[in-house]
Amino acid sequence: MSEGREERPMPASFPPAGNEPLLARARAVAATVCDPEIPVLSIEDLGVLRDVTCSADGSIEVVITPTYSGCPAMNMIALELEIALEKAGFDRVRVTTVLSPAWTTDWMSEEGRRKLKAYGIAPPSEKRAGRGALFGADEVTCPRCGSANTVRLAEFGSTSCKALWRCQDCREPFDYFKCH
Amino acid sequence: MAKTIRVNETPLVLYTLRRADDALILGHRLSEWCGHAPMMEEDMALANMALDLIGQARSLYTYAGEAEGGGRTEDDFAYWRDERGYRNVLLVEQQNGDFARTILRQFLYAHFADLYWRAMMASKDATLAAIAAKSEKEMAYHVRHAGEWVIRLGDGTAESHARIAAALEDLWPYTGELFEMDASEKALVDAGIAVDLSALRERWRANVKAVLDEATLTTPADGWMQKGGRTGIHSEHLGHLLAELQHVQHTIPGAVW
Repeated sequence: MSEGREERPMPASFPPAGNEPLLARARAVAATVCDPEIPVLSIEDLGVLRDVTCSADGSIEVVITPTYSGCPAMNMIALELEIALEKAGFDRVRVTTVLSPAWTTDWMSEEGRRKLKAYGIAPPSEKRAGRGALFGADEVTCPRCGSANTVRLAEFGSTSCKALWRCQDCREPFDYFKCH
Repeated sequence: MAKTIRVNETPLVLYTLRRADDALILGHRLSEWCGHAPMMEEDMALANMALDLIGQARSLYTYAGEAEGGGRTEDDFAYWRDERGYRNVLLVEQQNGDFARTILRQFLYAHFADLYWRAMMASKDATLAAIAAKSEKEMAYHVRHAGEWVIRLGDGTAESHARIAAALEDLWPYTGELFEMDASEKALVDAGIAVDLSALRERWRANVKAVLDEATLTTPADGWMQKGGRTGIHSEHLGHLLAELQHVQHTIPGAVW
Protein backbone atom coordinates (compact mmCIF):
# COMPACT_ATOMS: atom_id res chain seq x y z
CA MET A 1 0.00 0.00 0.00
CA SER A 2 1.42 3.36 -0.88
CA GLU A 3 -0.11 6.51 0.50
CA GLY A 4 -0.15 10.16 -0.33
CA ARG A 5 0.47 9.52 -3.97
CA GLU A 6 -1.53 12.60 -4.93
CA GLU A 7 1.02 14.81 -3.20
CA ARG A 8 4.03 13.18 -4.82
CA PRO A 9 5.67 15.61 -7.23
CA MET A 10 5.94 14.38 -10.77
CA PRO A 11 9.50 13.83 -12.01
CA ALA A 12 10.82 16.68 -14.12
CA SER A 13 10.82 14.47 -17.18
CA PHE A 14 7.10 13.71 -16.92
CA PRO A 15 5.56 12.80 -19.22
CA PRO A 16 8.65 11.23 -20.71
CA ALA A 17 9.26 12.60 -24.16
CA GLY A 18 8.09 10.22 -26.85
CA ASN A 19 6.07 8.04 -24.46
CA GLU A 20 2.71 9.77 -24.88
CA PRO A 21 1.36 7.28 -27.40
CA LEU A 22 2.50 4.44 -25.14
CA LEU A 23 0.79 6.02 -22.16
CA ALA A 24 -2.41 6.65 -24.08
CA ARG A 25 -2.46 3.02 -25.19
CA ALA A 26 -1.82 1.76 -21.64
CA ARG A 27 -4.63 3.94 -20.32
CA ALA A 28 -7.00 2.62 -22.98
CA VAL A 29 -6.12 -0.99 -22.15
CA ALA A 30 -6.46 -0.45 -18.38
CA ALA A 31 -9.87 1.13 -18.91
CA THR A 32 -11.17 -2.05 -20.58
CA VAL A 33 -10.82 -4.13 -17.41
CA CYS A 34 -14.20 -4.86 -15.85
CA ASP A 35 -15.38 -5.36 -12.30
CA PRO A 36 -15.56 -9.17 -11.88
CA GLU A 37 -18.72 -8.85 -9.74
CA ILE A 38 -20.52 -6.40 -12.04
CA PRO A 39 -19.06 -7.26 -15.46
CA VAL A 40 -21.11 -4.58 -17.21
CA LEU A 41 -19.00 -1.86 -15.55
CA SER A 42 -15.38 -1.10 -16.35
CA ILE A 43 -13.10 -0.05 -13.51
CA GLU A 44 -13.05 3.37 -15.16
CA ASP A 45 -16.88 3.61 -15.02
CA LEU A 46 -16.68 2.69 -11.33
CA GLY A 47 -14.02 5.24 -10.47
CA VAL A 48 -11.75 2.43 -9.20
CA LEU A 49 -9.10 3.25 -11.83
CA ARG A 50 -7.35 6.35 -10.46
CA ASP A 51 -4.29 6.83 -12.62
CA VAL A 52 -1.99 5.29 -15.22
CA THR A 53 1.58 6.49 -15.55
CA CYS A 54 4.50 5.57 -17.74
CA SER A 55 8.08 6.02 -16.59
CA ALA A 56 11.05 6.85 -18.80
CA ASP A 57 11.99 3.18 -19.20
CA GLY A 58 8.52 2.36 -20.52
CA SER A 59 7.25 0.56 -17.42
CA ILE A 60 3.62 1.17 -16.56
CA GLU A 61 2.11 1.88 -13.17
CA VAL A 62 -1.62 1.54 -12.69
CA VAL A 63 -3.19 3.03 -9.56
CA ILE A 64 -6.48 1.65 -8.26
CA THR A 65 -8.55 2.25 -5.12
CA PRO A 66 -10.94 -0.18 -3.41
CA THR A 67 -14.66 0.56 -3.17
CA TYR A 68 -14.85 -1.00 0.33
CA SER A 69 -11.87 -2.00 2.53
CA GLY A 70 -12.68 -5.68 2.23
CA CYS A 71 -13.66 -5.74 -1.42
CA PRO A 72 -12.54 -9.20 -2.59
CA ALA A 73 -12.56 -8.06 -6.23
CA MET A 74 -9.39 -5.98 -5.78
CA ASN A 75 -6.97 -8.92 -6.16
CA MET A 76 -8.86 -10.03 -9.24
CA ILE A 77 -8.84 -6.54 -10.75
CA ALA A 78 -5.08 -6.20 -10.17
CA LEU A 79 -4.49 -9.58 -11.82
CA GLU A 80 -6.72 -8.75 -14.79
CA LEU A 81 -4.93 -5.43 -15.26
CA GLU A 82 -1.59 -7.23 -15.43
CA ILE A 83 -2.94 -9.79 -17.88
CA ALA A 84 -4.63 -7.20 -20.11
CA LEU A 85 -1.53 -5.01 -20.27
CA GLU A 86 0.75 -7.97 -20.84
CA LYS A 87 -1.42 -9.13 -23.74
CA ALA A 88 -1.14 -5.61 -25.18
CA GLY A 89 2.64 -5.88 -25.09
CA PHE A 90 3.49 -4.15 -21.81
CA ASP A 91 5.87 -6.43 -19.98
CA ARG A 92 6.70 -4.22 -17.01
CA VAL A 93 3.49 -3.44 -15.16
CA ARG A 94 2.95 -2.53 -11.53
CA VAL A 95 -0.47 -2.20 -9.94
CA THR A 96 -0.61 -0.02 -6.82
CA THR A 97 -3.52 0.36 -4.43
CA VAL A 98 -4.21 3.67 -2.71
CA LEU A 99 -6.82 4.38 -0.03
CA SER A 100 -6.81 8.16 -0.14
CA PRO A 101 -8.90 9.94 -1.18
CA ALA A 102 -11.57 7.43 -0.16
CA TRP A 103 -13.63 6.07 -3.05
CA THR A 104 -17.12 7.48 -3.42
CA THR A 105 -20.03 6.66 -5.72
CA ASP A 106 -19.78 10.29 -6.89
CA TRP A 107 -16.92 9.08 -9.07
CA MET A 108 -19.15 6.75 -11.03
CA SER A 109 -19.51 8.03 -14.57
CA GLU A 110 -22.87 8.89 -16.13
CA GLU A 111 -22.16 6.13 -18.61
CA GLY A 112 -21.61 3.78 -15.68
CA ARG A 113 -24.96 4.75 -14.13
CA ARG A 114 -26.72 4.17 -17.42
CA LYS A 115 -25.08 0.76 -17.90
CA LEU A 116 -25.92 -0.29 -14.33
CA LYS A 117 -29.58 0.54 -14.79
CA ALA A 118 -29.75 -1.29 -18.12
CA TYR A 119 -28.18 -4.29 -16.36
CA GLY A 120 -30.96 -4.31 -13.73
CA ILE A 121 -29.11 -2.65 -10.85
CA ALA A 122 -30.45 0.67 -9.55
CA PRO A 123 -27.61 3.22 -9.70
CA PRO A 124 -26.70 5.24 -6.58
CA SER A 125 -29.13 8.06 -5.75
CA GLU A 126 -28.43 11.56 -7.03
CA LYS A 127 -25.09 13.01 -6.02
CA ARG A 128 -24.98 14.42 -2.52
CA ALA A 129 -21.96 15.72 -0.72
CA GLY A 130 -20.55 14.36 2.51
CA ARG A 131 -21.70 11.81 5.01
CA GLY A 132 -25.37 12.67 4.47
CA ALA A 133 -25.07 10.88 1.15
CA LEU A 134 -24.90 7.57 3.01
CA PHE A 135 -28.11 8.03 4.91
CA GLY A 136 -30.32 10.60 3.31
CA ALA A 137 -33.82 9.35 2.63
CA ASP A 138 -32.85 7.14 -0.31
CA GLU A 139 -35.05 7.62 -3.33
CA VAL A 140 -34.47 4.51 -5.30
CA THR A 141 -36.18 3.95 -8.61
CA CYS A 142 -36.97 0.45 -9.84
CA PRO A 143 -34.56 -0.33 -12.70
CA ARG A 144 -37.22 -2.44 -14.43
CA CYS A 145 -40.43 -0.40 -14.40
CA GLY A 146 -39.15 3.02 -13.26
CA SER A 147 -41.50 3.24 -10.25
CA ALA A 148 -40.31 5.20 -7.21
CA ASN A 149 -42.59 3.11 -5.01
CA THR A 150 -39.79 0.90 -3.69
CA VAL A 151 -38.79 -0.51 -0.31
CA ARG A 152 -35.51 -1.70 1.16
CA LEU A 153 -35.45 -5.41 2.00
CA ALA A 154 -31.90 -5.61 3.35
CA GLU A 155 -29.07 -3.19 4.01
CA PHE A 156 -26.49 -5.63 2.69
CA GLY A 157 -26.68 -7.41 -0.63
CA SER A 158 -24.75 -9.86 -2.77
CA THR A 159 -21.62 -7.65 -2.68
CA SER A 160 -20.38 -4.97 -0.26
CA CYS A 161 -21.48 -2.16 -2.57
CA LYS A 162 -25.10 -3.26 -2.98
CA ALA A 163 -28.33 -3.44 -0.96
CA LEU A 164 -31.45 -5.48 -1.71
CA TRP A 165 -34.64 -3.59 -2.60
CA ARG A 166 -38.07 -4.46 -3.98
CA CYS A 167 -40.45 -2.59 -6.24
CA GLN A 168 -43.95 -2.31 -4.73
CA ASP A 169 -45.50 -1.86 -8.16
CA CYS A 170 -43.96 -4.53 -10.38
CA ARG A 171 -43.02 -6.62 -7.28
CA GLU A 172 -39.55 -7.37 -8.63
CA PRO A 173 -36.70 -7.52 -6.13
CA PHE A 174 -33.57 -5.73 -7.36
CA ASP A 175 -30.06 -4.74 -6.34
CA TYR A 176 -29.37 -1.12 -5.46
CA PHE A 177 -25.82 0.20 -5.74
CA LYS A 178 -25.47 2.02 -2.39
CA CYS A 179 -24.46 5.65 -2.07
CA HIS A 180 -21.04 5.71 -0.49
CA MET B 1 8.91 -24.11 9.81
CA ALA B 2 7.70 -20.63 10.61
CA LYS B 3 7.40 -19.81 14.28
CA THR B 4 5.57 -17.37 16.51
CA ILE B 5 6.92 -13.87 15.94
CA ARG B 6 7.99 -11.33 18.50
CA VAL B 7 6.85 -7.90 17.37
CA ASN B 8 8.95 -4.82 18.03
CA GLU B 9 6.09 -2.88 19.59
CA THR B 10 7.03 0.75 19.15
CA PRO B 11 4.16 3.05 20.20
CA LEU B 12 2.94 3.40 16.60
CA VAL B 13 3.19 -0.34 15.86
CA LEU B 14 1.37 -1.20 19.09
CA TYR B 15 -1.31 1.41 18.44
CA THR B 16 -1.91 0.14 14.91
CA LEU B 17 -1.96 -3.52 15.99
CA ARG B 18 -4.54 -2.81 18.70
CA ARG B 19 -6.95 -1.40 16.11
CA ALA B 20 -6.12 -4.12 13.60
CA ASP B 21 -6.70 -6.87 16.16
CA ASP B 22 -10.08 -5.40 17.17
CA ALA B 23 -11.17 -5.49 13.53
CA LEU B 24 -9.78 -8.94 12.70
CA ILE B 25 -11.16 -10.70 15.77
CA LEU B 26 -14.62 -9.16 15.46
CA GLY B 27 -14.59 -9.86 11.72
CA HIS B 28 -13.71 -13.49 12.43
CA ARG B 29 -16.48 -13.79 15.01
CA LEU B 30 -19.04 -12.43 12.52
CA SER B 31 -17.77 -14.80 9.84
CA GLU B 32 -18.65 -17.72 12.14
CA TRP B 33 -22.30 -16.94 11.39
CA CYS B 34 -21.85 -17.60 7.68
CA GLY B 35 -24.40 -20.27 6.79
CA HIS B 36 -25.99 -20.17 10.27
CA ALA B 37 -27.85 -16.85 10.51
CA PRO B 38 -31.59 -16.89 11.23
CA MET B 39 -32.42 -15.70 7.71
CA MET B 40 -30.70 -15.30 4.37
CA GLU B 41 -30.59 -11.49 4.51
CA GLU B 42 -28.86 -11.56 7.89
CA ASP B 43 -26.44 -14.21 6.75
CA MET B 44 -25.37 -11.84 4.00
CA ALA B 45 -25.34 -8.81 6.29
CA LEU B 46 -23.10 -10.47 8.89
CA ALA B 47 -20.75 -11.78 6.20
CA ASN B 48 -20.62 -8.32 4.58
CA MET B 49 -19.74 -6.68 7.89
CA ALA B 50 -17.13 -9.36 8.56
CA LEU B 51 -15.61 -8.52 5.19
CA ASP B 52 -15.50 -4.79 6.02
CA LEU B 53 -13.73 -5.48 9.30
CA ILE B 54 -11.25 -7.96 7.86
CA GLY B 55 -10.52 -5.45 5.08
CA GLN B 56 -9.83 -2.75 7.65
CA ALA B 57 -7.61 -5.17 9.57
CA ARG B 58 -5.61 -5.95 6.41
CA SER B 59 -4.86 -2.27 5.77
CA LEU B 60 -3.87 -1.77 9.40
CA TYR B 61 -1.63 -4.87 9.56
CA THR B 62 0.09 -3.83 6.35
CA TYR B 63 0.78 -0.44 7.88
CA ALA B 64 1.99 -2.01 11.14
CA GLY B 65 4.47 -3.97 9.06
CA GLU B 66 5.71 -0.79 7.39
CA ALA B 67 5.91 1.03 10.73
CA GLU B 68 7.85 -1.83 12.29
CA GLY B 69 10.23 -1.76 9.35
CA GLY B 70 11.13 -5.45 9.48
CA GLY B 71 9.41 -6.55 6.29
CA ARG B 72 6.50 -8.28 8.04
CA THR B 73 3.25 -8.70 6.15
CA GLU B 74 -0.39 -8.72 7.21
CA ASP B 75 -0.28 -12.53 7.30
CA ASP B 76 2.67 -12.59 9.72
CA PHE B 77 0.69 -10.57 12.27
CA ALA B 78 -2.54 -12.51 11.81
CA TYR B 79 -1.13 -16.04 11.74
CA TRP B 80 2.10 -15.96 13.70
CA ARG B 81 1.29 -14.25 16.98
CA ASP B 82 -0.09 -16.31 19.82
CA GLU B 83 -2.91 -15.35 22.15
CA ARG B 84 -0.67 -13.25 24.40
CA GLY B 85 0.58 -11.32 21.37
CA TYR B 86 -2.92 -10.16 20.42
CA ARG B 87 -3.92 -6.64 21.54
CA ASN B 88 -7.67 -6.52 20.90
CA VAL B 89 -10.24 -5.49 23.50
CA LEU B 90 -12.00 -8.36 25.26
CA LEU B 91 -15.40 -7.30 23.92
CA VAL B 92 -14.71 -8.43 20.36
CA GLU B 93 -13.48 -11.91 21.30
CA GLN B 94 -16.60 -12.75 23.33
CA GLN B 95 -18.53 -15.65 21.87
CA ASN B 96 -21.39 -15.05 19.45
CA GLY B 97 -24.02 -16.62 21.67
CA ASP B 98 -27.47 -16.15 20.17
CA PHE B 99 -28.32 -13.62 17.45
CA ALA B 100 -29.27 -10.96 20.03
CA ARG B 101 -25.89 -11.23 21.72
CA THR B 102 -24.00 -10.96 18.43
CA ILE B 103 -26.04 -7.90 17.45
CA LEU B 104 -25.58 -6.24 20.83
CA ARG B 105 -21.79 -6.77 20.70
CA GLN B 106 -21.78 -5.33 17.18
CA PHE B 107 -23.90 -2.39 18.31
CA LEU B 108 -21.55 -1.47 21.17
CA TYR B 109 -18.43 -1.77 19.03
CA ALA B 110 -19.86 -0.07 15.91
CA HIS B 111 -20.94 3.00 17.86
CA PHE B 112 -17.42 3.25 19.25
CA ALA B 113 -15.68 2.63 15.91
CA ASP B 114 -17.95 5.12 14.16
CA LEU B 115 -16.88 7.97 16.47
CA TYR B 116 -13.30 6.74 16.61
CA TRP B 117 -12.66 6.57 12.86
CA ARG B 118 -14.37 9.87 12.23
CA ALA B 119 -12.03 11.51 14.75
CA MET B 120 -9.03 9.65 13.30
CA MET B 121 -9.61 11.24 9.89
CA ALA B 122 -7.83 14.27 11.37
CA SER B 123 -4.77 12.22 12.43
CA LYS B 124 -1.40 13.66 11.44
CA ASP B 125 -0.46 10.16 10.32
CA ALA B 126 -1.50 10.18 6.65
CA THR B 127 -1.93 6.40 6.40
CA LEU B 128 -4.06 6.08 9.52
CA ALA B 129 -6.13 9.05 8.36
CA ALA B 130 -6.67 7.36 4.98
CA ILE B 131 -7.72 4.08 6.63
CA ALA B 132 -10.03 6.10 8.91
CA ALA B 133 -11.73 7.80 5.96
CA LYS B 134 -12.59 4.41 4.44
CA SER B 135 -13.55 2.76 7.72
CA GLU B 136 -15.88 5.47 8.98
CA LYS B 137 -18.10 5.12 5.92
CA GLU B 138 -18.30 1.37 6.46
CA MET B 139 -19.01 1.64 10.18
CA ALA B 140 -21.91 3.99 9.49
CA TYR B 141 -23.75 1.05 7.89
CA HIS B 142 -22.89 -1.22 10.83
CA VAL B 143 -24.29 1.38 13.26
CA ARG B 144 -27.54 1.62 11.37
CA HIS B 145 -27.94 -2.13 10.88
CA ALA B 146 -27.19 -3.03 14.52
CA GLY B 147 -29.37 -0.22 15.86
CA GLU B 148 -32.38 -1.34 13.85
CA TRP B 149 -32.02 -4.86 15.27
CA VAL B 150 -31.50 -3.67 18.85
CA ILE B 151 -34.79 -1.77 18.62
CA ARG B 152 -36.58 -4.67 16.91
CA LEU B 153 -35.42 -7.18 19.53
CA GLY B 154 -35.66 -4.92 22.59
CA ASP B 155 -39.11 -3.63 21.68
CA GLY B 156 -40.19 -6.99 20.30
CA THR B 157 -41.51 -10.04 22.12
CA ALA B 158 -40.95 -10.91 25.76
CA GLU B 159 -38.48 -13.55 24.57
CA SER B 160 -36.45 -11.25 22.30
CA HIS B 161 -36.43 -8.51 24.96
CA ALA B 162 -35.18 -10.91 27.63
CA ARG B 163 -32.40 -12.18 25.37
CA ILE B 164 -31.03 -8.81 24.34
CA ALA B 165 -31.39 -7.43 27.88
CA ALA B 166 -29.30 -10.33 29.17
CA ALA B 167 -26.67 -9.68 26.49
CA LEU B 168 -26.58 -6.01 27.44
CA GLU B 169 -26.04 -6.82 31.09
CA ASP B 170 -23.29 -9.35 30.32
CA LEU B 171 -21.40 -7.28 27.73
CA TRP B 172 -21.58 -3.83 29.31
CA PRO B 173 -18.60 -4.50 31.64
CA TYR B 174 -16.48 -4.97 28.49
CA THR B 175 -17.16 -1.45 27.18
CA GLY B 176 -14.80 0.42 29.52
CA GLU B 177 -11.77 -1.06 27.78
CA LEU B 178 -12.75 0.62 24.50
CA PHE B 179 -11.78 3.96 26.04
CA GLU B 180 -8.65 2.80 27.84
CA MET B 181 -5.38 4.62 27.06
CA ASP B 182 -1.92 3.86 28.39
CA ALA B 183 1.15 6.12 28.47
CA SER B 184 2.30 5.10 25.00
CA GLU B 185 -1.10 6.01 23.51
CA LYS B 186 -1.25 9.30 25.37
CA ALA B 187 2.08 10.26 23.82
CA LEU B 188 0.60 9.59 20.37
CA VAL B 189 -2.42 11.73 21.28
CA ASP B 190 -0.05 14.58 22.18
CA ALA B 191 1.70 14.10 18.85
CA GLY B 192 -1.60 14.47 16.99
CA ILE B 193 -1.48 10.89 15.68
CA ALA B 194 -3.97 9.21 18.02
CA VAL B 195 -7.40 10.24 19.28
CA ASP B 196 -8.11 11.12 22.90
CA LEU B 197 -10.55 8.30 23.64
CA SER B 198 -11.81 9.85 26.87
CA ALA B 199 -13.23 12.69 24.78
CA LEU B 200 -15.41 10.21 22.85
CA ARG B 201 -16.92 8.43 25.82
CA GLU B 202 -19.82 10.77 26.63
CA ARG B 203 -20.91 10.97 23.03
CA TRP B 204 -20.69 7.20 22.70
CA ARG B 205 -22.84 6.77 25.78
CA ALA B 206 -25.41 9.30 24.52
CA ASN B 207 -25.61 7.67 21.07
CA VAL B 208 -25.95 4.18 22.56
CA LYS B 209 -28.51 5.33 25.12
CA ALA B 210 -30.72 6.97 22.49
CA VAL B 211 -31.12 3.62 20.73
CA LEU B 212 -31.48 1.60 23.94
CA ASP B 213 -34.23 3.98 25.10
CA GLU B 214 -36.12 3.40 21.88
CA ALA B 215 -35.59 -0.33 22.35
CA THR B 216 -37.15 -0.11 25.85
CA LEU B 217 -33.84 -1.25 27.34
CA THR B 218 -32.17 0.32 30.36
CA THR B 219 -28.66 1.64 29.82
CA PRO B 220 -26.54 0.05 32.56
CA ALA B 221 -24.56 2.16 34.98
CA ASP B 222 -20.77 2.01 34.58
CA GLY B 223 -19.53 -0.26 37.34
CA TRP B 224 -16.50 -2.50 37.52
CA MET B 225 -15.03 -2.99 34.05
CA GLN B 226 -13.16 -5.93 32.48
CA LYS B 227 -9.76 -5.22 31.00
CA GLY B 228 -6.53 -6.86 29.90
CA GLY B 229 -6.86 -7.32 26.16
CA ARG B 230 -4.71 -4.32 25.25
CA THR B 231 -1.76 -5.91 27.07
CA GLY B 232 -2.40 -9.46 25.87
CA ILE B 233 -4.34 -10.80 28.88
CA HIS B 234 -7.39 -12.36 27.26
CA SER B 235 -10.51 -14.27 28.19
CA GLU B 236 -10.53 -18.03 27.61
CA HIS B 237 -12.31 -17.54 24.26
CA LEU B 238 -9.53 -16.00 22.19
CA GLY B 239 -7.27 -19.06 22.20
CA HIS B 240 -10.03 -21.21 20.71
CA LEU B 241 -10.78 -18.58 18.08
CA LEU B 242 -7.10 -18.36 17.09
CA ALA B 243 -6.79 -22.13 16.93
CA GLU B 244 -9.34 -22.06 14.12
CA LEU B 245 -8.09 -18.87 12.47
CA GLN B 246 -4.46 -20.05 12.39
CA HIS B 247 -4.92 -23.78 11.93
CA VAL B 248 -4.16 -24.04 8.21
CA GLN B 249 -1.07 -21.81 8.33
CA HIS B 250 0.30 -23.71 11.32
CA THR B 251 -0.28 -27.05 9.62
CA ILE B 252 1.02 -26.01 6.19
CA PRO B 253 3.11 -22.84 6.73
CA GLY B 254 3.02 -20.50 3.77
CA ALA B 255 0.01 -22.17 2.17
CA VAL B 256 -1.72 -19.89 -0.34
CA TRP B 257 -5.05 -20.04 -2.15
